[in-house]
Amino acid sequence: MSGAPKRIVILGAGQAGGQAAYSLRLGGFEGAITLIGDEPAPPYQRPPLSKAYLKGEVEAERLFLKPLDYYSEHRIDLITGVAATAIDLAAHEVTLAKGKTLGWDRLVVATGTRPRRLTLPGADLAGVLELRTLADVDRLKTLAVAGARMVVVGAGYIGLEAAAVGRQLGLAVTVLEAMPQVLSRVAGPEIGAFYTRLHREAGSDVRLSARVAGFEGEGRVSGVRLADGEVIAADFVLVGVGVVPNMELALEAGLTCGNGIVVDAAMRTSHPDVFAAGDVAWRPLMHYGREGRLESVHNAIEGGKLAAAAILTAPPPVVEAPWFWSDQFNVKLQTAGLWTGSDKTVVRGEPGSGAFAVFYLKEGRVIAVDAVNSGPEYIVGKRLVAAMAKVAPAELADKSISMKDIGARAST
Amino acid sequence: MPKITYVDSSGTERTVEGKNGMTVMETAIKHNVPGIDADCGGACACATCHVYVDPVFAEKVGKPSAMEQSMLDFAENVKENSRLSCQIKIRDDLDGLRVTTPESQH
Repeated sequence: MSGAPKRIVILGAGQAGGQAAYSLRLGGFEGAITLIGDEPAPPYQRPPLSKAYLKGEVEAERLFLKPLDYYSEHRIDLITGVAATAIDLAAHEVTLAKGKTLGWDRLVVATGTRPRRLTLPGADLAGVLELRTLADVDRLKTLAVAGARMVVVGAGYIGLEAAAVGRQLGLAVTVLEAMPQVLSRVAGPEIGAFYTRLHREAGSDVRLSARVAGFEGEGRVSGVRLADGEVIAADFVLVGVGVVPNMELALEAGLTCGNGIVVDAAMRTSHPDVFAAGDVAWRPLMHYGREGRLESVHNAIEGGKLAAAAILTAPPPVVEAPWFWSDQFNVKLQTAGLWTGSDKTVVRGEPGSGAFAVFYLKEGRVIAVDAVNSGPEYIVGKRLVAAMAKVAPAELADKSISMKDIGARAST
Repeated sequence: MPKITYVDSSGTERTVEGKNGMTVMETAIKHNVPGIDADCGGACACATCHVYVDPVFAEKVGKPSAMEQSMLDFAENVKENSRLSCQIKIRDDLDGLRVTTPESQH
């Protein structure tokens, strides 16, 4: 389709979809923008769901990315509580539930991911829950009362953050992790060991190399059965074992998909008028010379901005090194980069002190950093990662040399 | 309800009603005041909610925490009166607070 676009439809009203809409208007697009989401809420922040919102410290409205009147003020037609059922590339249309069709000149698919389901006996029992949406956490909050027994399956960020809140609310918490280390997908053994100790010291029962065989109960879950036969009593279970991309519509429409909707550096799919952004997009990872699908707020915001820039044929924003954060108890983890393929790790500071950082190097270059309660290590580390900078490991490990100096001395 | 004035880099002023307990960043977002990105939603993890606090209010607003200071140390165009607005909680004695937003948060 040639010519400037007049109608843009965005499927998915989350962080990426919302950002695409905001950036299109900010970039001067005057035509129609329709932003469609299947949740009842307008675009909102997910990170607080497993933190302050679960703890009951903020109300839902405070999570909204923009207040409701922002959308009418900026002529963004926000449709919530409606799922899309089909994408028709040839006709340049999407079909929504209840049969309504919408024409588009450009389409942004930002449908995100959904929690992976365990196909184990009893997984469908009431009280076996997941944590992805506001509605999920509203359900969890009714069960997360002092004295309740919470079993968390999966010691990733979601599981650990929820487990931390559970302890803080006075629940008895058991964390079951199938791998020998917590956070094994996302961090190295030093970080894993730190977090295992952190949760145990807070009073949670953290079981590593614990495989779940099924869930017990009549109608409602009463326990989690491990592979060795032990049953762990539970009043409710939170399953946090990863997410899968919502790419079914894209696949059915004929867009190239793999682990997500495949896009180029401009977030363009295999169809020139269709873009994908956020959790659902498999994209080039500029700093790493490979592709990947990232699950983070930063990735969603960046993808939304990139897609908008491409649609407007405007200069794209500078692509940052991937970054992420996690808050558990009084510990702030800030990470930059991706550590896969690292051939050397350097620990800076003492894990026992509660403030330290782990730098991951590959062929002498910093490819990622995990900073625990260590702001300078994160901020400078992020710059080192963005430049894939060469730093002497001995310097990184030496706390008498400031991060500022290390940053200044690093070579590219 | 304390009034907060946001001045953008071109000098345009926008005054809004703040709510005690909410942050200066959240108040900007809630009232559609441009110039503050708040990528991390207020988790002190990104430094894109950077503002310059009117010197008259410097003492009342106070100094940044160690974590905020380390984020600020490496942000762009940082000045003496720089703060991360997600870390400034609104109180009655901040009525009339003026903050200036930088030209760009990235």
